[in-house]
Amino acid sequence: MSATIVQAASAPSGLDATPALAVHGVSHSYGSRKALVDVSLAVQQGRFTVLLGLNGAGKTTLFSLITRLYDTQRGSVDVLGHPVARQPGAALRLLGVVFQARTLDLDLSVMENLLYHAALHGIGGREARRRSQAALEEVEMADRARDTARKLSGGQMRRVEIARALLHRPRVMVLDEPTVGLDVASRAAILRHVRTLVRERGVAVLWATHLLDEVQPEDAAVVLHLGRVLAAGDVPDVIRSAGAADMRGAFTALTGGAAAREAE
Amino acid sequence: MSASAIRDEQGFTVAQHLICLRGIVWREALRFVHQRERFISALVRPLVWLFIFAAGFRQILGVSIIPPYDTYVLYEVYVTPGLMAMIQLFNGMQSSLSMVYDREMGNMRMLLVSPFPRWYLLIGKLLASTAVSVLQVYAYLVVAWLWGITPPPWGYLAVLPALVLSGMMLGALGMLLSSAIRQLENFAGVMNFVIFPMFFASSALYPLWLVQQSSPVVYTICRLNPFTYAIELIRFALYLEINWTALAVVASMTVLFTAGAILAYDPARGLIARRGAGGA
Repeated sequence: MSATIVQAASAPSGLDATPALAVHGVSHSYGSRKALVDVSLAVQQGRFTVLLGLNGAGKTTLFSLITRLYDTQRGSVDVLGHPVARQPGAALRLLGVVFQARTLDLDLSVMENLLYHAALHGIGGREARRRSQAALEEVEMADRARDTARKLSGGQMRRVEIARALLHRPRVMVLDEPTVGLDVASRAAILRHVRTLVRERGVAVLWATHLLDEVQPEDAAVVLHLGRVLAAGDVPDVIRSAGAADMRGAFTALTGGAAAREAE
Repeated sequence: MSASAIRDEQGFTVAQHLICLRGIVWREALRFVHQRERFISALVRPLVWLFIFAAGFRQILGVSIIPPYDTYVLYEVYVTPGLMAMIQLFNGMQSSLSMVYDREMGNMRMLLVSPFPRWYLLIGKLLASTAVSVLQVYAYLVVAWLWGITPPPWGYLAVLPALVLSGMMLGALGMLLSSAIRQLENFAGVMNFVIFPMFFASSALYPLWLVQQSSPVVYTICRLNPFTYAIELIRFALYLEINWTALAVVASMTVLFTAGAILAYDPARGLIARRGAGGA
């Protein structure tokens, strides 16, 4: 199969055209199981890009490669022009990550969790404390700073994780199914907060989800199914090229079609 | 490359490296303080051996004069360095298990997305777990002192570098195992296949000449067990002597295990890369 054509969703004016995150022709297998096949996608600076895929589509493998848990077997990942494999330090500094699994240390307080993360980015002392305090205020969790993470609800943990991911002021944020397992109100609050970051601070976001109602018309979207990119671009373009009326229709048409082709 | 790509290419300063290292050690210490039952069990385990096992064995085993002791010693004096090393063995395995647990819980992932070089992060993690094990050993030595086990006062200081080295070796072994072997994800497996064989087939409980008399095969196994050398390094240091063979073996095993662990966590060649991240 030839490389999937990725229509670069256009970047907002005022930023240079280097994609915030660029994945080129990435394939990855675990033994004989192919998790990703020739995946290419781009997240433009200052855009909210949704990575849509069902469970098992390869989203988590893609996140492992973007965050360099391990290197790509084929293809490359660049963060603002820095290849993750060759310049991991430079790439990871620009990247804020929220993993699907809960990653707060439950035995530590909320503040201690943030200070630890700051230290992992070489930020210490008063500066770390100041940034942590500000980050918690931003997600309205400042009053919980001294509580152990164990006492927080799922939605609160996520908010703290997002605050933590922003401590080192990354320009690109990747979030792997951040709203899974949360109630409707928490989901909406987190989504709203991250969209604000994109709008007001120009952070580029890759937001992985299988929930179609999290997609907005002004977003860019990438549809990942069984390890392959089926469509990518601005949401209206993806819907139009799939010949559907909305994103739900487009997703069904794209993935249903692929499933049908596989069945042949 | 565009201007934006160049801006962040500066490496971290030395001060920032130290902030990172301090953060990793600080977190490990905090976790240890918060998990009070872990500290208590780490202290109780060797004390049970000391109070009960050593009391029983004292009548059965006569320990002749062997270096570094210059007189006949009571069995509990003989067994103390072995128990100090046991504390570190347990701690090394426990922190390796917590790495597996962390990896699933995602804490390890957070460590590994730090922009510092991965070898630096892993060695920081090793130093952190070693620091915790050294604290445990000194807590044990305090109780042992109350029990009448009184090595020379300077021995308490001289043993520190030995403890750091043996703690690094056992921590690195645990780290290597945590990355390599999935079956070790429960503590019973580690007890059966790592801790018990290493502890019993060593010079912890009985001097090797005694083992040699009863079984040459077990004696050979003990001689091949790096844990034996960790114990002897600690034993000699505690009595203000250096066991050069033990030092050489422990130092080279530390380097070997650490290199192995770094390789195992290497994104390009590592074992985790081959089998996936665990979970979805």
